[in-house]
Amino acid sequence: MTIPKEIPEKWFPLVLPLKRKKQKGLNGAKSQKRWTEEERRVRANDREYNEKFQYASNCIMTSKYNIVTFLPVNLFEQFQEVANTYFLFLLILQLIPQISSLSWFTTIVPLALVLSITAVKDATDDYFRHKSDNQVNNRQSQVLIRGLLQNEKWMNVRVGDVTKLENNQFVSADLLLLSSSEPHGLCYIETAELDGETNMKVRQSVSVTSELGNQNNLASFDGEVVCEPPNNKLDRFCGTLYWRDKKYTLTNQNMLLRGCVLRNTEACYGLVIFAGPDTKLMQNSGRTKFKRTSIDRLMNTLVLWIFGFLVCMGVILAVGNAVWEREVGSLFQSYLPWDPPVDNFLFSAFLAFWSYVIILNTVVPISLYVSVEVIRLGHSYFINWDQEMFCSQCNTAAEARTTTLNEELGQVEYIFSDKTGTLTQNIMSFNKCSINGQTYGEGTDPLGPRPKRLDFTPFNPLADPDFCFYDDTLLESVKVGDAHAHTFFRLLSLCHTVMSEEKSEGELVYKAQSPDEGALVTAARNFGFVFRSRTPGTITTTEMGRPVTYTLLAILDFNNIRKRMSVIVRNPEGRIRLYCKGADTVLLERLHPCNQELMNVTSDHLNEYAADGLRTLVLAYRDLSEDEWEAWSESHRCAEKAASCREDRMAAAYEQIEQDMMLLGATAIEDKLQEGVPETIAVLSLANIKIWVLTGDKQETAVNIGYSCKMLTDDMTEVFIISGHTVQSVRQELGRARERMIELSRSRDGGKEEGKEEGKEGCFMGNGFRERQEGDGTGGGGGGKQLQCPPPPPPLPPPPLPPPSPPPPPPSNLMDNIFGEFALVINGHSLAHALEADMETEFVSTACACKAVICCRVTPLQKAQVVDVIKKHKKVVTLAIGDGANDVSMIKSAHIGVGISGQEGIQAVLASDYSFSQFRFLQRLLLVHGRWSYLRMCRFLCYFFYKNFAFTMVHFWFGFFCGFSAQTVYDQYFITLYNIVYTSLPVLAMGIFDQDVPDQRSLEYPKLYEPGQLNLLFNKREFFICIAQGIYTSVVLFFVPCAVLSDATQSTGVPLADYQTFAVTTATALVIVVSVQIALDTGFWTVINHVCVWGSLGSFFSIMFALHSQTLFKIFPNQFHFVGSAQSTLLQPVVWLTIALATAICIVPVLAFRFLKVDLKPQLSDTVRYTQLVRQKKRKPVGRSVGGAWRGLGSVSDGRLGARGGSRRSGYAFAHQEGFGELITSGKNMRLSTMALATFASRHSSSWIDTLRRKKPTHTHCHTPPSASGASSPARSCVSGSVAPLSNSSSVLGGSQDTPIEEVTAQHTQTVPTLSTQTPPAAEAAAPQGSAQAVSAGVLTSAAVRPHGGDSPGGWTITLGAVQEALFGWKARATASNSPRPSSVPMETSQIE
Amino acid sequence: ERFKAGKSGPSARRPDNSAFKQQRLPAWSPMLTANTVLPFFYFMALSCMLLGVWLLLTVQSTQELKLDYTKAGSCDECFEIHNSASCRLFQGDVFFYYGLQNFHQNLRRYMDSRDDGQMVGRTTNLKNPSTYCEPFIKDQKGLPIAPCGAVANSVFNDSFTLSYHGGSSGPAVPVPLLRQGITWYTDKNIKYRNPKDGNMTLAQVFQGTAQPRYWQKPAYELDPRDPANNGFINDDLIVWMREAAFPNFKKLYGVLYRAKKPFIKGLPAGNYSVDVSYNFPVQHFRGRKQVVLTTVTWFGGQNHFLPIAYLITSCLTLLVAVVLTVAWCKFGKNGRNMEE
Repeated sequence: MTIPKEIPEKWFPLVLPLKRKKQKGLNGAKSQKRWTEEERRVRANDREYNEKFQYASNCIMTSKYNIVTFLPVNLFEQFQEVANTYFLFLLILQLIPQISSLSWFTTIVPLALVLSITAVKDATDDYFRHKSDNQVNNRQSQVLIRGLLQNEKWMNVRVGDVTKLENNQFVSADLLLLSSSEPHGLCYIETAELDGETNMKVRQSVSVTSELGNQNNLASFDGEVVCEPPNNKLDRFCGTLYWRDKKYTLTNQNMLLRGCVLRNTEACYGLVIFAGPDTKLMQNSGRTKFKRTSIDRLMNTLVLWIFGFLVCMGVILAVGNAVWEREVGSLFQSYLPWDPPVDNFLFSAFLAFWSYVIILNTVVPISLYVSVEVIRLGHSYFINWDQEMFCSQCNTAAEARTTTLNEELGQVEYIFSDKTGTLTQNIMSFNKCSINGQTYGEGTDPLGPRPKRLDFTPFNPLADPDFCFYDDTLLESVKVGDAHAHTFFRLLSLCHTVMSEEKSEGELVYKAQSPDEGALVTAARNFGFVFRSRTPGTITTTEMGRPVTYTLLAILDFNNIRKRMSVIVRNPEGRIRLYCKGADTVLLERLHPCNQELMNVTSDHLNEYAADGLRTLVLAYRDLSEDEWEAWSESHRCAEKAASCREDRMAAAYEQIEQDMMLLGATAIEDKLQEGVPETIAVLSLANIKIWVLTGDKQETAVNIGYSCKMLTDDMTEVFIISGHTVQSVRQELGRARERMIELSRSRDGGKEEGKEEGKEGCFMGNGFRERQEGDGTGGGGGGKQLQCPPPPPPLPPPPLPPPSPPPPPPSNLMDNIFGEFALVINGHSLAHALEADMETEFVSTACACKAVICCRVTPLQKAQVVDVIKKHKKVVTLAIGDGANDVSMIKSAHIGVGISGQEGIQAVLASDYSFSQFRFLQRLLLVHGRWSYLRMCRFLCYFFYKNFAFTMVHFWFGFFCGFSAQTVYDQYFITLYNIVYTSLPVLAMGIFDQDVPDQRSLEYPKLYEPGQLNLLFNKREFFICIAQGIYTSVVLFFVPCAVLSDATQSTGVPLADYQTFAVTTATALVIVVSVQIALDTGFWTVINHVCVWGSLGSFFSIMFALHSQTLFKIFPNQFHFVGSAQSTLLQPVVWLTIALATAICIVPVLAFRFLKVDLKPQLSDTVRYTQLVRQKKRKPVGRSVGGAWRGLGSVSDGRLGARGGSRRSGYAFAHQEGFGELITSGKNMRLSTMALATFASRHSSSWIDTLRRKKPTHTHCHTPPSASGASSPARSCVSGSVAPLSNSSSVLGGSQDTPIEEVTAQHTQTVPTLSTQTPPAAEAAAPQGSAQAVSAGVLTSAAVRPHGGDSPGGWTITLGAVQEALFGWKARATASNSPRPSSVPMETSQIE
Repeated sequence: ERFKAGKSGPSARRPDNSAFKQQRLPAWSPMLTANTVLPFFYFMALSCMLLGVWLLLTVQSTQELKLDYTKAGSCDECFEIHNSASCRLFQGDVFFYYGLQNFHQNLRRYMDSRDDGQMVGRTTNLKNPSTYCEPFIKDQKGLPIAPCGAVANSVFNDSFTLSYHGGSSGPAVPVPLLRQGITWYTDKNIKYRNPKDGNMTLAQVFQGTAQPRYWQKPAYELDPRDPANNGFINDDLIVWMREAAFPNFKKLYGVLYRAKKPFIKGLPAGNYSVDVSYNFPVQHFRGRKQVVLTTVTWFGGQNHFLPIAYLITSCLTLLVAVVLTVAWCKFGKNGRNMEE
């Protein structure tokens, strides 16, 4: 798959409209006709009929040119660029002899160079597009023609053809799935190319067509599809199939879209509905909108100013010309009559104006844009090449997908980060546990000797080899047969909703809906309690090598309110037991009183675990007698059947049995952060970058991660939580937070500590934090006591202290003057209010005063909104980093989007500007590459403007001596080559290679990043300084030679005052001065810099001598009339004395200023350089004060084991949704795994859970993967025939599909469009709930239709609340990937290879 | 493609570990420290000072005599001016210049108005001059002008005879002036060539061309005494054709021929007179004309600007150096600011 690299905007500012035009053109000649295509009619196997409509063929063309059109079209495009047009205009001016002050080639050579470089680049791009087009168009597919399967190229596939697809083949066009080799017309597709999601999706054909089966039937199939016209909505399709006088509704569930890959399905047949450019893939292949850097914008402004300046100079010189022509020129006419069209001095002045515009145009040289592009390209390559941003686990190097944003990486102030997959690995590891008051599992000590990892295989052949645990005492006690340990792990192996797959004997794969559960079950597995398989009514485990089958009586499912889940099982001996695991807060209340002592111990352990940032769960059990069970089961059944308040009644029933439990212990799971995340965050925040975490996760999880990645610390003054549900409450909470901040910082400021009791704050962060504050205040250790002890010189916690910075400038408003570290946690529903127009500023000012902000439960759209709000209000550079489709909108709206590659598909990467595979690379990207890029670009621009002003302004001064006649100072060849040869390479080399401090230093001293954020290195002020320096240089370069030469003679007496000598002298002096200047500017002299600087000087002299040689003169005497000037001039000592003098006068002040600046007001980078220099000399570390900042970080990184007393945070952070217990007990999800195993060994990724999760909730009721009648019926034939057992709910569903459209189904499908139109932007919070209700309504209806299979405790009933919960849980993902919002899944042009 | 083909395994796409790609090329990072900058400034001040002094001394050894004779054209009688500026011997080579002021040889159209193809002796260009020469391509009769163009047309055509009146009132001795070898070597030998056509004389070659409008005689008769100094390779023409960069300029007219007494050592002190054949009108555009006599040294004629500029630069550099030293001692010594 080739992803077309973005093309710098500069080159095609108008590509977008053009491209659109093009696409219209692509749609063929019938664009006029198609204009009115309101619906599409396709008749299967009837090419003649379909040809009437002239639908687009399946041939795609993404290329822009062919050999004939390349030159005109490409030139046309290039001249739409303002700069190019400007130079074309100049060229035309130069063709007017009265105006032409320069030879035509002085403009045409650079212009041609620029145009041809661009053209070559375009041609190469287009060539590859042609190649990939050809490759795609020439792929083979099998088409059913006249009843026979024939091989056809993709491009020859027509709308209305029936094609056959085989496993692992790409879908050639948008197909209506007709039949499949799988039962129920199911087939599985992978849509990674389309939406970036790597999981598999299920598609199902309409039941009537799925029965068609073989080729002959399909060949005679003549159904007609009437559907919507081509559009770009990936998740939506509306159509109707008319066949044999019946109507069948078609939805997206019946469609196979181009770009998908068929998986785990032997073969399927499809009817081509949309082909080629009409396919959804192609319709989505819009270019992403170009991003411009702030430097770009500044540069454009400056260029405009310079144009203004140019016009001013032109006017001044034209006025001068008028005066001169009137006073002198008119009298001089006997020697030089006016040009024929000129009859008075005014007209002459008019012409002079244009002439001067031509010769002064070099203040804005065309090479500026090219050079900037080249430099950025170089920087991008350095990013791609950086080994330290290469992740060997994923074999992925960092990639700069956009080449135009590099320097903005050096100016980032806000980072918006996704959590899952970005900060965390989404891997949970069973880290510690407490069993019966005994804690096990010492954390790994990174400093001390690494404890040996336990090897479970000798003990347990079924162990998962990837499982890590380091404490062998636990294993010992299991081996010894400690009853508590056994019960503990038995609980873990039973109480869950995990599914298992056993590919071969002993090779178990667990499919857990949340990684937490997976970790727990895996832990149990390794400690000898292996969960093997389950059926709706049983759980089979292998306990210490002995197979045991439990009867599963009930699953008391998890939900957010309950914060626990239980199972009730009957063991082989017939004893009934309830196993429960849940959050400590809820579970500890429900224990039997006799557990008090154990509870205290466990509670201590829980505190410990929480302090380490682990997620904790408490485990408990309860033995039930047969009577108890019977009684409860009865009440439970009642509750289940209840028509009203079912949910409450269920909860009450659960509550009733989950009482008087016996405490077993607690588990601690580590939500594994990505490598180096806390360090990265610490470094980035030292660099004054604010990091916001925007996550769809729950508040607890998000806060927990916030702590473990050191965004939130216990040293923080206060953490505010905003969770109001109404505008008022949110406003209140925000206001209160602000008051607190001002109050606290004022009290800190004034040195008066009021010792406020913060407890009454409604928004104050919950339980543990406060306890810890008090505990610490007395203990006197560490920080967090700003509140408690009088802080006059506030003894800040030592470790992460930035190098002492000067006190912040006096605040412009109160909120800017916040001391102390605050954090804000805001919930999605509150955020919706906070982002409303009138709250925006309030929210921004509060949030920006905080050091860390965590937004949880946010939708993808809200992520983008948050970014936009900050962009709007703070005028700072933002960066968004994420890995999933739900981050796309945020990535696109931030100034810079970074995609984490390799985790959740490629959607985020496709939308991103930079991609790499580890969050920690961000610090290198920003602090090293971004910083360097910014520095280099700034230095480049400063120097570039300087050198062109120095070069051009000489003409201005000369104007006063040459009668304002627009005579140039230099040889025309010098003017032509100055920018492209003599001075381009050294500055390019500097722009590409310069480093002020080495990369390790910029990571060690994150403060070095600040100049970029404050935009200090190149701004309007710096620009004017450069310009002034350039003008100063031009004055020196003109007047010194002028004064010297006008009187000087050679030693042979020949005067040196002739024009050619003057021209050569000035040019040489200019080249030398700018070379010396670049030498001063270059801070990092590599071989390349040397070669460039010396090479440029050398090339200047050699080219000059060549141009002034007699050979050329003899061929073109009129073009090379400087013959001999170089040698006769440069042999004169006086010329060299002049050049030396001019150079000295130009350079001395610059040198003096630079020295003073470094000496008196050194920047941090100077200091670091100096330190380095001294260190090199003395070989002894200096500058410890600055280094302290870094060294402090060390303790941050290993702080996890530190003895800090942690604030206890409830670790109940199940990422999973409720409702799965029901699914398990109903047995619906059983079939797939066994089925799949029977047929395809490689189907491990088609997990039922993924399928289930990703599926649009709307479709759950009609397109659930059909389940086998039981886990024990793997044979396919059996399944297809076994619709009969009505006791199983899912088969009923299958049956309902078989009926042609009935009222019920019709109603359901009607809900699809209505739902789709509920666009989230308006009602972010309301929409999911609304749809949830709609769905569950549908579910309930369908549930009502069929007879209820009452024998299983769960049954096929999903409660309203359950669905809501489920929906809310995956709302984030669902809206990104599946939501009907048109812009939510923007696609890149993607080619399938 | 960026990555080497043929590699495989988990690190197949690992970027090359080359110093270039990893931006670790060995490099020199100079820094402006007091140790380097301050000595540099002092050194610079000192060397400028020495150079300035040396140049000044050198310049002092040259002599120059300027004589404005613009007004000489307007009076009928001989124009007399007594200049007793220098009574010393003009030692060594003495150069005789004519100078023009306010004559703009550097106007763009003026400078362009010439045909180097014609002047290099191309016969095609001789009869068919380039359009660059506008408006002096053809005369009224339509004959091509040779040499064409405004530059050649306006050639300076005053001539001078310098006479030496001895120490006292003896008979006037004409001062011998070398009127050749006063051009650049490349001009005389490469840039300007006479057109050749078989064995034809110059006059025959120039047949069919017209002389420039302001010329009194055709190009091939410029120097009646030396036939090799005629046509486009006439030294005076070549000197004129080398356009001056500024409106005030001087051009070499001749060099003292030092073969005979009393001019072997140079121009002896005494009375001199210059006979001017006054042809070149300058007053209508407020121009001035002068003759200049000067001696030269290794670095050319009398040129006070350069040594003085060096001296001033040296002083300023010294001043800056002192200021920097003070600032450094007082505020930034030993990187004091760096330590913060």
